[in-house]
Amino acid sequence: MSGFPILSLMLLVPLAAALVCLFLEAKAARWLALAATLVDLALGVVLWLNFDVGGAQWQFQESHALFAGFKYALGIDGIALLLIMLSVFLMPICIGASWKSVEKRVGEYMAAFLLVETLMIGVFAAQDLFLFYIFFEAGLIPMYLIIGIWGGADRIYASYKFFLYTLLGSVLMLIAMMWMVNTAGTTDIPTLMVYDFPAQAQTWLWLAFFASFAVKMPMWPVHTWLPAAHVQAPTAGSVILAGVLLKMGGYGFIRFSLPMFPEASAYFAPLIWGLSMAAVVITSLIALVQDDMKKLIAYSSVAHMAIVTVGLFAFNTQGLEGSMLVMLSHGLVSGALFLCVGIIYERLHTREISRYGGLAINMPRYSLFFLLFTMASIGLPGTSGFVGEFLSLAGIYQASSWAAFICTTGIILGAAYMLYLYRRVVFGPQNNADAAAMPDLDAREILMVLVLGLSVLWMGVYPESFMAPMRSDIAALEARIARAAPEGDAKVTAGHAKPAHEDVSAHEGAH
Amino acid sequence: MDWSQSLRLIAPEETITVAGLVLLLVAAWGGDKASRLISILASVVLVGAMVLVAPALCGQAMGPETSAFFGQFKADAFASFAKILIYGSAVITLMLAPRYFERFNSMRAEFPLLVMFASVGMGMMVSATDLLTLYIGLEMMSLASYVMAAILRNDGRSAEAGLKYFVLGSLASGILLFGMSLTYGFAGSTSFAGISAGVSGGLSNGALFGIVFMLAGLAFKISAVPFHMWTPDVYEGAPTPVTTFFATAPKVAGLGLIMRVLLDAFGDQAAAWQQIIVFISLASIVVGALGAIGQKNIKRLMAYSSINNVGFILVGLATATQAGASGMLVYVTIYVAMSVAGFTAILMLKDENGNYVEDVPMLAGLSRTRPAIALALATVMFSLAGIPPLFGFWGKFVVFQAAVQADMLPLAFLGIAASVIGAFYYLKVVKVMYFDEPADVVKGESDIWHKAILTIACVFISPLGYLLTSWLGDTANKATTALFAAL
Repeated sequence: MSGFPILSLMLLVPLAAALVCLFLEAKAARWLALAATLVDLALGVVLWLNFDVGGAQWQFQESHALFAGFKYALGIDGIALLLIMLSVFLMPICIGASWKSVEKRVGEYMAAFLLVETLMIGVFAAQDLFLFYIFFEAGLIPMYLIIGIWGGADRIYASYKFFLYTLLGSVLMLIAMMWMVNTAGTTDIPTLMVYDFPAQAQTWLWLAFFASFAVKMPMWPVHTWLPAAHVQAPTAGSVILAGVLLKMGGYGFIRFSLPMFPEASAYFAPLIWGLSMAAVVITSLIALVQDDMKKLIAYSSVAHMAIVTVGLFAFNTQGLEGSMLVMLSHGLVSGALFLCVGIIYERLHTREISRYGGLAINMPRYSLFFLLFTMASIGLPGTSGFVGEFLSLAGIYQASSWAAFICTTGIILGAAYMLYLYRRVVFGPQNNADAAAMPDLDAREILMVLVLGLSVLWMGVYPESFMAPMRSDIAALEARIARAAPEGDAKVTAGHAKPAHEDVSAHEGAH
Repeated sequence: MDWSQSLRLIAPEETITVAGLVLLLVAAWGGDKASRLISILASVVLVGAMVLVAPALCGQAMGPETSAFFGQFKADAFASFAKILIYGSAVITLMLAPRYFERFNSMRAEFPLLVMFASVGMGMMVSATDLLTLYIGLEMMSLASYVMAAILRNDGRSAEAGLKYFVLGSLASGILLFGMSLTYGFAGSTSFAGISAGVSGGLSNGALFGIVFMLAGLAFKISAVPFHMWTPDVYEGAPTPVTTFFATAPKVAGLGLIMRVLLDAFGDQAAAWQQIIVFISLASIVVGALGAIGQKNIKRLMAYSSINNVGFILVGLATATQAGASGMLVYVTIYVAMSVAGFTAILMLKDENGNYVEDVPMLAGLSRTRPAIALALATVMFSLAGIPPLFGFWGKFVVFQAAVQADMLPLAFLGIAASVIGAFYYLKVVKVMYFDEPADVVKGESDIWHKAILTIACVFISPLGYLLTSWLGDTANKATTALFAAL
């Protein structure tokens, strides 16, 4: 298996299918897109099975000097492997979700999605700084088209906002990358990950990368493109946006900001904590008052991503592992929730919560799955949401008990807005005749939610499958950033808990 | 040095000039009926000239001595690089033009000849190593261009464009001449080598003024802010094939000329002119981006886009390093391809009566009625905006990398942040074509040459272009090595 360019093949399959889809009529395009994404999923499974857990840090490496100034270099570690798996897993579901709801310009739609898949895999597999940037940025074009062409009423505004926001963030990162390459003399990401930049420069570089990843993530207060884009995007667009594209921000922090600029990361950690705390509370409260289901889930995404960022900047293994798991879990759960919204949107063509009600009576199977994903989103033990959030918050507790305290309210608020949503949509009297007449899930829909539901439970019951591949990479990262780790205020030592009021003053600036 | 050596070095110019004069006689006797034949012959001659200049780019095939006529003229790799682009753009213009002019019954026999003489002038501009050669080349190009802008004599806009271009162009030439005379007065020589020696002890105020005035004149020719005002009117009014020509060949020539003047003649005094270029560059980026936002006419929009792109190209010059100069050449090559693709696509936008469609709102829903043209235009727009993976990104990449290497981080940050403003109006065109309901105006058929040129240019600016980055970078390096070796 070692010499076979499986990553290139995974890039090539959707790309080739995308080009062919442009010339096909609707039905053929749907089947081709489904076939291509399933082939990629199969390749992903092969990739996972052949991934040597505990082996070399970088596996499946390929490198060709095709370009001036940068190389076509691919390779993955455990972190990238899991995110690639998430991408290839969600893609067939996205295609399935668009099977009936997209009726106009199907060929172009499928082509755009397959292109997004290529670029997402490219982002996670790139081992060259500029190659990464090209994949990272190129995703803007198909997503712009997906939101703008197949989106809802306010799609034009949303597509502009999405494009320009993320572009502004990214171009600053490009200049920082050029400076790094100029200083370190290499574009190779693994080399740069162990290169020590001067602390002074790290501050500026970190800020430039932060500008890009904070927007992609998205962190409060630069999250405002997300609700607009989510609400206006078609269902599958939302799934892929929440499921994978948001993870690029988290991946950026874990791959670039932390290992390349440890000192600056420590210096700015209170900023991240502060923004995350604000995000958890503010966006959860905003989610609580939404009338639009998609908007509610979009705001909940911002809150969950804030848990990811605190975990990442906790500077310990639990935090990092927890963040990775939250990202994977959120990819599945928010994707599934958007899918659930899409399923009833297809029937009634409205996302307004008050237009539904009492779905438990006429759509019992739907209600069951929706409940599972609602609970996973809240973080109920046994579902994927719990594992990641618990580890993340346990990690941040060691660094800052205040941040842990405030971020944990996100779980309570999360329960509030999700259960409130569930009550209004699924329980209660059937006030709306048209909503009461909606048919339950058909076979296609059951298949989609079933695989998502099973993976949510798998990750919740036996997270070891997902933690094993990344364990050594997280450990390496932890060792790399340990020298800069900020001193925590919690000082967790068994049996020797300190009074909480000490050192509190030192962290007040962060709130 | 002897005369035969000099005459051998200017073989491409001789070929075009002699052929141009012969074809002039053909035009005089054949009249406009012969215009198609003249166009074809002119293209053949220009392609021949490209073949003649190519060897100088591939090592020292023309011999180690590249200077002709006692330092007046230089046929080095740098000149060859620029000339290939210039002659290539001219050939493409000649291929695009007949179909357009026939529509107005005004395919005149003079047009290909004007293109040829303008090409000779531009070739001299990029080869000039003396202020006088420079001026002769510049005027030769300008005079031909003024006539070309106004060649559609029964169209008011074309006449207006020609007149505006002429009046403002003459003013700029005057300013340039004034700057040249100051430079001559304070440096004591008109040759670049002489000027370089003359100012080696430091710039006097007079010579500094000379640089400023010369830059003002030259900035006009490349439509850089604050001397850009003529561009939208001329681009809009001139016949589209002529606009294609203006957006490509004279830009290459003007930039080549500025590079020679600043890097050769004033290469040791970089600190004096760098800040001017930084200002011109940032101002062009911002004004080009902001000005384009309100434009409804796609040719005006492309005019502002060209101002914007010139700003980015000048980022490379502002570094005053060889990497910056190579970056400029790479960018200019890609820019020529983007302009050719853009204007060819615009030439293919015709309504059912065969009239040319230039209003952006008329392109609504083009992706559904004419998907191929819409895809090509969208590629051009994203490429001009510098979004990877399209090749336009690479141009920005190399100039900004040069700026970072030269430690000009504020310039790099401001320039690239301003590029986001520019992205807005490129997106607007894509939005109209892809998101809006079809206006169904564009219906006309295009001829095979247009399609071929558009396809080739689009493949070049597609991600496949990245496969050429090594070759393009090496060639540009060879060219700028010749430029910097002259110091």
